[in-house]
Amino acid sequence: MSVEISRRAWITTASGVVAAGLIKTQSDAVQLAAQQAPSAPPVPRVPGSFPSNLGARAPGEQPRRIFGEALSSSSRTPHQDLMGIITPADLHFERHHGGVPSIVSEDHELLVHGMVDRPMTFRMADLMRYPQVSRIQFLECSGNGGGAYNRDRMPTDITVQALDGLLSTSEWTGVPVSTILREVGVRRGASWILAEGGDSALMSRSVPLDKVMDDALLAYGQNGERMRPGQGYPLRLFLPGWEGNTSVKWLRRIEITDRPTYTRDETSKYTDPLADGTARQFSFTMDAKSVITFPSFPFALTDRGWWEIKGLAWSGRGRITRVEVSTDGGQRWVDAHLQGPVLPKCTVRFRHLFEWNGRETIVMSRATDETGYVQPTVQQLWDARGPGTAYHQNHQRAWKIASTGEVTFGLGDLV
Amino acid sequence: MRWLANGVVLALVACGPTGNETGGGASGADSQAGTPEGLPAQAPPQFSFGSEASAARVAMWDIDVRPDGEGLPAGSGTVAEGRQVYEVHCVECHGATGTEGPNDRLVGGPTWEDSVPSPQTVGNYWQYATTLYDFIHRAMPQLTPGLLTSDQAYAVVAYVLYLNEIVAEDAVMNAETLPAVAMPARAGFVVDDREGGSGPIR
Repeated sequence: MSVEISRRAWITTASGVVAAGLIKTQSDAVQLAAQQAPSAPPVPRVPGSFPSNLGARAPGEQPRRIFGEALSSSSRTPHQDLMGIITPADLHFERHHGGVPSIVSEDHELLVHGMVDRPMTFRMADLMRYPQVSRIQFLECSGNGGGAYNRDRMPTDITVQALDGLLSTSEWTGVPVSTILREVGVRRGASWILAEGGDSALMSRSVPLDKVMDDALLAYGQNGERMRPGQGYPLRLFLPGWEGNTSVKWLRRIEITDRPTYTRDETSKYTDPLADGTARQFSFTMDAKSVITFPSFPFALTDRGWWEIKGLAWSGRGRITRVEVSTDGGQRWVDAHLQGPVLPKCTVRFRHLFEWNGRETIVMSRATDETGYVQPTVQQLWDARGPGTAYHQNHQRAWKIASTGEVTFGLGDLV
Repeated sequence: MRWLANGVVLALVACGPTGNETGGGASGADSQAGTPEGLPAQAPPQFSFGSEASAARVAMWDIDVRPDGEGLPAGSGTVAEGRQVYEVHCVECHGATGTEGPNDRLVGGPTWEDSVPSPQTVGNYWQYATTLYDFIHRAMPQLTPGLLTSDQAYAVVAYVLYLNEIVAEDAVMNAETLPAVAMPARAGFVVDDREGGSGPIR
């Protein structure tokens, strides 16, 4: 601390004082700074607080999720306040279908049955004894970004948190579901599972068995500790890259089946009505998407000059291979820097240094994933799907920078 | 569904019950050193850390109901009985005629021929009548789920279907009649055809 302060003192006292030979020690510098630069931060002259058994954020750094009225079923991650790719566990978004149940880990059981040789129950201690894996992967609600799809109600005064805060990234720890299915012995002909949660809604989704065998996790850890109740404590299914609700929380039952169950949340919800009079079903994968987190509403660029555009990009189909940024409303695009690590089915942080000339302009981003898929424009989604879908709105977003430096939301030429 | 009948089943046969090696989570973990996916080579055929579940234990939790009626319990309910259940347990959130809200509208709505079905109701957007039983039985009423008996759940399903003019006023719902109910929306659903890549946006 004192070294930092003394540097500031050297800067503020600068050439005159040094040249006059008045400074011989750091303490001289601090005293001079206090006399000559009263606005400099004070130096602590008493010892600070002791270690503690649980850390806390600095009083001035209190990022918060936002949520709606009292009966809201979701809360959103404050991307404008965060750095890197990991979402602090207490800021991970929530979307519940029957509230957050109070479950005691020692009392929890997972039942695995159906088309298996040996129906079994597993307590948490059982599951945590199996070989453990950890992976850094995103989770996104398929309704994320829906606020930017309605042509007639396009907001301008909306934050990246309010719009795209139903996305978070964690290091998830658990046991692959395939390990547990090996224990129970899946019978020939099985092709789906039903995953059921222990919340009051007993929320349930059908999942193809090939996805389960590929990379599904029975997750119990999040960012180095047991997961938070809001994320499914003590146990959740985690399906990398798939719409969030399929990663059933508070998981208490897996039934192996040979067909989907067609539960409420895969028929009348989480399906996508299209303009041609059909509705897309089992639309599991989250397509490639990017969002700029700075500059975004309600920030303002305080002066012209160099600013770094920052954002997140991700794809449920694998790695992000490219993020392009435009600082002129989509006329010219340049490659942003992808900051490692670049992991599959995970957010990547992108950055682009930009010199703002003080004139009104629009900044945009678009992501490309390893399949070659390029994040579409909203017009492309409207053309393909019509106005009636409420999920999977991964189109390009834009932020308008006014000549005053104020930033508002928009969609490219629709800003 | 067509794709269910081929791709998924074949994939399973290839994996089988010991498919960790082939499943492997290739997309997830191989870039992250020190976290091997799947099992180490020396893993035994089975760890047997869990407990065998008795048939009674399975039956206690196996509540889901499928479109062919598998999982439906004994019991039955009529439209008239369902009206009584509805007026006690459902009307506050779904309105006197199933159209008023404040929660999901249950009745009516435009047909798929008109355009996108919005609002989406039991009448214009639910594929299978069995799903109605499954969901009401597991998750409704929202603040006291699990309260309804099987008979009450059958009855209120009958009433909501009647309000939507899908069954007659004298209909009786039970494990045999419910799967046979033809829902108007059933034909409208198609399998997700998005597939990544550089092809057309879907």
